[in-house]
Amino acid sequence: MNAVRAPLIGRSVERKEDYRFLTGVGRYTDDIVLPGQSYGYFLRSPHAHARIRSIDAGPARAAPGVLAVFTGEDLAGIGGLPCGWLIKSVDGSPMKEPRHPVLAEGVVRHVGEQVALVVADSSALAKAAAALIEVDYEILPAVVDTASAAGHSTSVHELAPDNVCYTWSIGDEAAVAAAFAQAAHVTTLELVNNRLIPNALEPRAANAVHSRADDSYTLYVTSQNPHVERLLMTAFVLGLPEHKLRVVAPDVGGGFGSKIYLYAEETALVWASKRVGRPIKWTAERSESFLTDAHGRDHVSTAELALDAQGHFLALRVRTTANMGAYLSTFASCIPTILYATLLAGQYATPQIHCTVQAVFTNTTPVDAYRGAGRPEATYLLERIVERAARELGVDPIELRRRNFIRKFPHATPVGLTYDTGDYEATLSRVLELADVAGYPARKRASAAKGLLRGIGYSCYIEACGLAPSNIAGALGARAGLFEAAEVRVHPTGKVTVFTGSHSHGQGHETTFAQVVADRLGLSLEDVDIQHGDTGKVLFGMGTYGSRSLAVGGTAIVKALDKIVSKGKKIAAHLLEASDADVEFEHGEFRITGTDRKKSFAEIALAAYVPHNYPLGTLEPGLNENAFYDPTNFTYPAGSYVCEVEIDPQTGHVRVDRFSASDDFGNVINPMIVEGQVHGGIAQGIGQALLEGCRYNEDGQLLTGSFTDYALPRAGDMPVMAIELAPGTPCTHNPLGAKGCGEAGAIGSPPAVINAVLDALAPLGVTDIDMPATPHRVWEAIRRHAR
Amino acid sequence: MSAIAYHRPSSLGEAAKLAESDPEARILAGGQSVLPSMKLGLLAPSAFIDLAALGELRGIRANRQSVTIGAMTTHAAVAESAPIVAAIPSLAQLASGIGDPQVRNRGTIGGSLANSDPAADYPAAVLALNATIRTNRRALPADGFFKGLFETALLPGEIITAVEFPVPNRAAYVKFHQPASRFALVGVFVAQTSTGVRVAVTGAGACAFRAKALEDALGRRFAPQACEGISIPPENLNTDIHASAEYRAHLIPVLARRAVG
Repeated sequence: MNAVRAPLIGRSVERKEDYRFLTGVGRYTDDIVLPGQSYGYFLRSPHAHARIRSIDAGPARAAPGVLAVFTGEDLAGIGGLPCGWLIKSVDGSPMKEPRHPVLAEGVVRHVGEQVALVVADSSALAKAAAALIEVDYEILPAVVDTASAAGHSTSVHELAPDNVCYTWSIGDEAAVAAAFAQAAHVTTLELVNNRLIPNALEPRAANAVHSRADDSYTLYVTSQNPHVERLLMTAFVLGLPEHKLRVVAPDVGGGFGSKIYLYAEETALVWASKRVGRPIKWTAERSESFLTDAHGRDHVSTAELALDAQGHFLALRVRTTANMGAYLSTFASCIPTILYATLLAGQYATPQIHCTVQAVFTNTTPVDAYRGAGRPEATYLLERIVERAARELGVDPIELRRRNFIRKFPHATPVGLTYDTGDYEATLSRVLELADVAGYPARKRASAAKGLLRGIGYSCYIEACGLAPSNIAGALGARAGLFEAAEVRVHPTGKVTVFTGSHSHGQGHETTFAQVVADRLGLSLEDVDIQHGDTGKVLFGMGTYGSRSLAVGGTAIVKALDKIVSKGKKIAAHLLEASDADVEFEHGEFRITGTDRKKSFAEIALAAYVPHNYPLGTLEPGLNENAFYDPTNFTYPAGSYVCEVEIDPQTGHVRVDRFSASDDFGNVINPMIVEGQVHGGIAQGIGQALLEGCRYNEDGQLLTGSFTDYALPRAGDMPVMAIELAPGTPCTHNPLGAKGCGEAGAIGSPPAVINAVLDALAPLGVTDIDMPATPHRVWEAIRRHAR
Repeated sequence: MSAIAYHRPSSLGEAAKLAESDPEARILAGGQSVLPSMKLGLLAPSAFIDLAALGELRGIRANRQSVTIGAMTTHAAVAESAPIVAAIPSLAQLASGIGDPQVRNRGTIGGSLANSDPAADYPAAVLALNATIRTNRRALPADGFFKGLFETALLPGEIITAVEFPVPNRAAYVKFHQPASRFALVGVFVAQTSTGVRVAVTGAGACAFRAKALEDALGRRFAPQACEGISIPPENLNTDIHASAEYRAHLIPVLARRAVG
């Protein structure tokens, strides 16, 4: 029998998927070439806002190798791309939901909007033919700027003449006003959360094929959630029977949120594949990724924090304008509301919070969730204003935070969440050691000796993962369930295939989930395979977003495993001639309690599939179980970050010298993978703070449309990071005690970096700077104060 | 996408004849500027005249007085050249900082100079070191070679064959990166030569240029402090989303000072 081995949970085992990724045998959407393959190319709008007077596709249709050209007129009968969350305005009215056409219908509303689809024998021929399409545009004024979009003289949509999608609020406005009236001190902060362009390594791609044999479709697509893609596309847009579309998301090279959404391109491809009668493939060029992948962030906010004489937070008041872009992307509406304002308590026991969010349409690329999705925006605002308050009051910023920490759990915040557990003092104390804060003054002196300004910044973040439960989310406007599904298929030899509705596009599910399954069933890692990303294989799924995979998807697997074990006990009881209640399961063995009479997991599996000696009258053969898991609450990872920067005052260049992190993710299955997630998240956060900033000109042309002008962080921009996973406070409401780790780094790091920059510049009188703190911007800030 | 003729001449004369006969043709050296421009649809030449077969355009010769680099010599070859490292280390260091390894292994000094990208590194070295640009027709002095944005003194059909750098007493190049592209937001090359101090600036204007005020100040006293108080007028300098003309003007003496000491 299996020797008892050390648990796999908690061990940094190597990733099972890395062999294929590192040796080039992964299979991405663009690798898939189907018999009779044809290629699609999208003609896109060169204008941010224009009326389409006419489209002449005749010459393109006649061009060599062209199979078809489709425009908005051809697709007029189908639905628009739906938005998955209904937000209601303060006055009770529903948000404005303008039609989001698959191909432009009469008006284009952002540069890059898809105007026509050309299908040809090769992508080069399709692209060449697209250049022959004559579109007569009447150029209209464009609305670009977030802050001035509401009430702009130009309307992006007739349905929203003032460009306001909704004005939503949360919290007790009167109680907040009363608290402000009592305040000994009020700190005010205006800030911008800069728009970001996701840039997954693999561009979006799709390959759609129709089968005449049974009038069904298969779509290969770079998706984080193939079942959601299928449901939205069939039920809301194309009007196809859901069971006639199989969506496969094979290996996917990064998403960061940008591949959650139902996009126009794959929808048009599925629709066209039947008309063309051949499979159609499209792979975005990098320039198309910049123009059409949903962007992230883009908030303009004003915040006020009221404090009493002892530095206790009394109330927080926030007004935010959030840019939705030209159309509502799939989850756009819930990001600056449900996933943002609810997080404004952070780690603090602020008794009253009120937040108003105005969402506006502009002639820019749609904005949706991007790694962190609302929570980085909340954390940035809160951690900036807390640090500013500390500076204004002359209190140590660490001390001010400690004075306001939540210390009793569960804790209900004034913005709708109940934190189940946490220990903020633990992660803060630990990170101060990791960062060697005690040695900071000496390092600052050393920097000064070199003519450099050193600063230190802190950030204490909280994250809410595993958006849940479905019924409460539904009451808040969600149009989807928020559970996850799993199937555990035990084969006759005792090997196991697990099907999860969660999707891995870099997170390492095939390893982490296998560790959980192998430990629970007493198997080796090699005996367990994790399958995901195919609606033809996996029963259902909501996919991967919001750091939910382990907490929600992993728990669904555990629930299915429990059913397997329960049935296994019945089989074992029969074979061992005992009662079910006397059988226990441990280390891969079913044993009659207190005896050495036992059956291995493999023996039970074999008995289930070769049921010769089997209770057929009371028990079905086979060993295969499904589970759906709907969490009862969010999970609440939290942690503390410390950043040290060195600024060259002559050039304004900021160098991140040290970055330290202590994160509480609850129980950790694979520390190596989790640390990798934190590294990547911090890299993206440093990118947002110092390098990345999407810029449009006033005509709505994207100025940062390539890597020549959009600065992604490179290895050389990164410090050596001191990352430590705290022993942690396990989540109280899922069996794994897991909280989620995917977004934490990107959530917690930007304010730590900017607080450090401002600390370094404080002696010069600089009190504010917006992200990204580029050398030019830092130099400008220094110069402004030097005058 | 349109058809494009491809020529691979086996002599310099044949290359020049091809270039003269077709004004829409482009000379292909390392292709590190021309190919990306074509991919972006900014350029659609009728033909390529690939210089790859002209071995005489490749190679490095150095003596005590000068370093001569064949036009088709790659940045990587310059960066790793022991004679250059010994004679003009700043030139090797400059070459080692161009683009990325892929660019350095394809891109050539002749291609870079003929292109006159406003943010390219080599033009600063050519101007500051008072190099001579040899072509199939003549020898051109560095001063006056860079005429403007992607504009040089080269005539139609004229092909750079080599660049000769006099060995300076000392020289240094300091480059401040544009954060996204890592091209020079501003790059300053300072050289103390037998004919005086020369300071050349790239990244800041339409093409590389000399900074007279700094040359004068450093000519009087070759020390970092000499750059203090020198202000460069921002007029005619570049403004873009990464930097204003004022910021670029500010950086020039700052970087010059660092180049000196």
